[in-house]
Amino acid sequence: MSSQDIPEENLPAVQSAGHDEHGVVSVADEKHPFADPGLPPHEHRIQDVDERAAKRSERSVALMFTVSMLATIAFIAAFVAIPVDKSVFIFPLGHISALNFALGITLGIALFCIGAGAVHWARTLMSDVEIADERHPIEAEPEVREKVFADFKQGAKESALGRRKLIRNTMLGALTLVPLSGVVLLRDLGPLPGTKLRHTLWSKGKLLVNMNTNQPLRPSDVAVGSLTFAKPEGLEEHDHDFQNEIAKAALMIVRIQPEDIKDKRELEWSHEGIVAYSKICTHVGCPISLYEQQTHHVLCPCHQSTFDLSDGARVIFGPAGHALPQLRIGVNDEGYLEALGDFEEPVGPAFWERG
Amino acid sequence: MSNKDDRRKAPAGERVADWADGRLGIYSLAKANMRKIFPDHWSFMLGEICLYSFIIIILTGVYLTLFFHPSMNEVEYHGSYVPLQGQLMSEAFASTLDISFDVRGGLLIRQIHHWAAIIFLAGMFVHMMRVFFTGAFRKPREINWLFGFLLFVLGMFTGFTGYSLPDDLLSGTGVRFTQGAILSVPIVGTYISMFLFGGEFPGTDFVARFYSIHILLLPGIMLGLVVGHLILVFYHKHTQFAGPGRTNKNVVGMPLLPVYMAKAGGFFFLVFGVIAAIAGIATVNPIWVLGPYRPDQVSTGAQPDWYMGFAEGLVRAMPGWEINFWGHTLVLGVFIPLVLFGLFLAIIALYPFIESWVTGDKREHHILDRPRNAPTRTAFGVAWVTGYIIMLIGGGNDIVATHFHLSINAVTWFVRIGFFAGPVIAFIITKRICLGLQRRDKDKVLHGRESGIIKRLPHGEFIEVHEPLSQEQMYTLTAHEQYQPVELGPTVDENGVERKVKGSEKLRAKLSDAYYGEGAQIPKPTVEEYREITSGHGHH
Amino acid sequence: MAALVVLLLALACTGGLYAAFAPASKAQADESAQSLTIEEGKKLYSVGCASCHGTGGQGTSDGPSLVGVGAASVDFQVGTGRMPAATSQGPQVPKKKNIYTQAEIDQLAAYIASLGAGPAVPTEDQYSPEGADIAKGGELFRTNCAQCHNFTGKGGALTHGKYAPTLEGVEPKHIYEAMQTGPQNMPSFPDTTLSEKNKKDIIAYLDAVNSEQTESPGGLELGGLGPVSEGLFGWIFGLGGLIAVAVWVAARTAKAKKS
Repeated sequence: MSSQDIPEENLPAVQSAGHDEHGVVSVADEKHPFADPGLPPHEHRIQDVDERAAKRSERSVALMFTVSMLATIAFIAAFVAIPVDKSVFIFPLGHISALNFALGITLGIALFCIGAGAVHWARTLMSDVEIADERHPIEAEPEVREKVFADFKQGAKESALGRRKLIRNTMLGALTLVPLSGVVLLRDLGPLPGTKLRHTLWSKGKLLVNMNTNQPLRPSDVAVGSLTFAKPEGLEEHDHDFQNEIAKAALMIVRIQPEDIKDKRELEWSHEGIVAYSKICTHVGCPISLYEQQTHHVLCPCHQSTFDLSDGARVIFGPAGHALPQLRIGVNDEGYLEALGDFEEPVGPAFWERG
Repeated sequence: MSNKDDRRKAPAGERVADWADGRLGIYSLAKANMRKIFPDHWSFMLGEICLYSFIIIILTGVYLTLFFHPSMNEVEYHGSYVPLQGQLMSEAFASTLDISFDVRGGLLIRQIHHWAAIIFLAGMFVHMMRVFFTGAFRKPREINWLFGFLLFVLGMFTGFTGYSLPDDLLSGTGVRFTQGAILSVPIVGTYISMFLFGGEFPGTDFVARFYSIHILLLPGIMLGLVVGHLILVFYHKHTQFAGPGRTNKNVVGMPLLPVYMAKAGGFFFLVFGVIAAIAGIATVNPIWVLGPYRPDQVSTGAQPDWYMGFAEGLVRAMPGWEINFWGHTLVLGVFIPLVLFGLFLAIIALYPFIESWVTGDKREHHILDRPRNAPTRTAFGVAWVTGYIIMLIGGGNDIVATHFHLSINAVTWFVRIGFFAGPVIAFIITKRICLGLQRRDKDKVLHGRESGIIKRLPHGEFIEVHEPLSQEQMYTLTAHEQYQPVELGPTVDENGVERKVKGSEKLRAKLSDAYYGEGAQIPKPTVEEYREITSGHGHH
Repeated sequence: MAALVVLLLALACTGGLYAAFAPASKAQADESAQSLTIEEGKKLYSVGCASCHGTGGQGTSDGPSLVGVGAASVDFQVGTGRMPAATSQGPQVPKKKNIYTQAEIDQLAAYIASLGAGPAVPTEDQYSPEGADIAKGGELFRTNCAQCHNFTGKGGALTHGKYAPTLEGVEPKHIYEAMQTGPQNMPSFPDTTLSEKNKKDIIAYLDAVNSEQTESPGGLELGGLGPVSEGLFGWIFGLGGLIAVAVWVAARTAKAKKS
């Protein structure tokens, strides 16, 4: 059952040694028309029979090696002579760095010519007589196999590992436990998640600061059809934790005519149609902001999740699993837009503990 | 050697060799390998492209470490590139800018490093496909197939970690995606993310951590695997295509010294030369136009390097499934692609074991199959590649949409459907093409080659003269083996007792029938058929 | 002496009179010129635009209302050839060859501006890249624009066949107007959220990284599209080239002809 019946005649015939000497093989062997005729006789190359051709080959190889030498010299010269910031126009490459181009081309030529010379030498001047090398089965002879197993049994017996079970079991136990030290050592790679992914810098009363002008936003600044990005007041680019905080707090602000807002909660959480959504995609966290002002759709440039900002930012296409979190906003006494609290759900990609 | 005169006479080279042999035993090694035979075929050099680009990557990579600062400390940029003057960025990004603009030749080495990485992975892919479609993975080379597969996968991750090091806006977006994908892993996702990034994303640790993974851990493992891969290639001796004088018990070609030394050694320089020239001509990953990473910024056309493209496609094509229960979230929309990514690669890695189980063939195979002569395997491989390419298209769906004026939603739907339908269609078509080619080979053997000469017979009929093939050609076209499907055998023995047939046996018989049963291969021409035709009515 | 005083007084009077009356008459002249321009614009409008946007610019089912879109919007839409649009267009009105002269566009713009207040056409010192902060412009571009238009403004895909066009070769004035007015599906970036200075910086950045003169130090830019085009290039020219070399290395050398 385990092995197949492979017709013997289909196995490649063993090469017959005598065939090598034969001249032309076009006369079919009448008895076994499909039999292996053996290696065809060696045919000479032009270089093997014509010394002038061989000389030509020699000269070509030497020429290539010489070109390589010249290219290396050119490489060094370019390195020394061309300023690192020099720009040249080379059609069709455009305005490019002269040094990079010169170094790349000369290094390329220097290397390529060594290779081309060597290969040309091998192809035209070294012997091209094909040689057949015997293969030997990889599997050991049965006697060797027996010997190995006997040796192993002997060794195992002498160690008494099978008999003294206490040693075996404690050793296995020790070997199992010892890698735990290595695992434990990895503990301080980072903190435990805790509730870090649930909170952002936003809290009640924090002003919405325009990313571009670094000024707090007023409702009148945000026009219908416009797109504004905001960060929480007090977060500055030079802050040590700017990257970590903006990765969660980045906000996208648009204004939609209140009558166009389909989702009731969205309208409640907005201020006169100004809605603030997390800029971080709920799929895997790209900053999503390809806002189409006529359709109110935002598209994520990474994986094309599409959200409808006029309908609670629900997902209408793509791999995101839930709507963008909305930040509840209002206006403070001085007339500036402010957050009325943190996001009510974690921003960014979903995770096991999100719930 | 005992004679002093002899020693004096021996040339210096021989004396050095003697010295080394006395300590390392190099002569026995050289005896076996110096005139080792390698068969000539361009497709056997694909692996060399990979090996050499790997060496180039290591050489240029060492150079880059001399200038690169794997640190996420924020610095203000005051280098030569004007459009970033005064911008805040990590030291990693700033030092990459310095390599590109202030270190002479630094840009070239960076570009060689990156182009070589792209070509390395592409080379491994094509090399793997060559091995697959010619059946070179069969016994005794299954372990080497796995080594190669591991190299491909590790190469992907080494490439990915390297691409992330400059901390630019594009790679940072890729890292963000990775972090989001890690978060989707049930139960442990958030913990892995916190441990990998030293806290919340992006933190200040990942560049330094990716750096040690990129320059030490992964390349170290890969170097070991490459050495093992090469030792096994030497040990097994290279496979060859069927042909006159080429049998399963020999290897026909040119000796290592001098021909292959010159060809393979020369090819290293050729590969290096081509990549260096490309790096001088075309820019790759111009991080200065991408800008430093900030988690609230992004650009359209956010793609990983090509070898991660099919994973990107899986993620882009996946519908957004998410299940909430008992206070937990199962992020299927991200986790399923993550699992599929592994499974899709694993299928091709495990294929050799599946095939050898179906055939039950325990012999060594050193003669390569022509893809047409293994129609089911070839069809399976083409189906796999089709799935891979469709996902690659999915990974670039936005670029496809803009450049072919299509709707991105339509492209995504095409990819969603294509991922399931494409491989099936490709399988059916490929199998048919293979069978057609087998039939043509059979006709060629039996009736000869079409010569293109039209002859008019005395009674007015026009015929095309067929020239008989040489014996060499006929042997080459009939050298392949054809398996017979496994029979389950009688389920009732002679005593009328019913034998229990295991499910796995039934599956195997079914698979075997699909591989080698009727309609799955064209029977080879037999000597009898050939005689009947050649002796019957001459050559048509 | 008296004569001199009288002369000076007379001069002062005439100068004062001139100063008092001349600008007014110039303003009057301007106003009449303005109304003439609006008249001309209205004529052009009724020929080229009214069929979709309505005879008074109030909009129809084929085109939106133009009341309050401002002169900047007209200058952008007509100046880039997007308007007048073909009667049946795809998902989005494409840029095409402009068929109006700048004078005609100005007349149209004046007419539309007269229908309701809106953003005016920017002056040259508003949009010229001179004196702007390129690096700040880059940061602003990556925050506000790159998500649709790509790192250096090569364009990108939007939903259902819509797209953010390339910014290559787009005049600074039109870029400014686009930010100001938000044409088609592009959101607007009014001065309240993206200040005049910000806009100027962005234009200067684009001028530095996406113009005819922009340097690409590494060589061929490959479209500036990132890894997709790099991957294609690597496969076709990198691996393809190496395979071609491999074919040469492994090929049989030509044999001597048998005589």
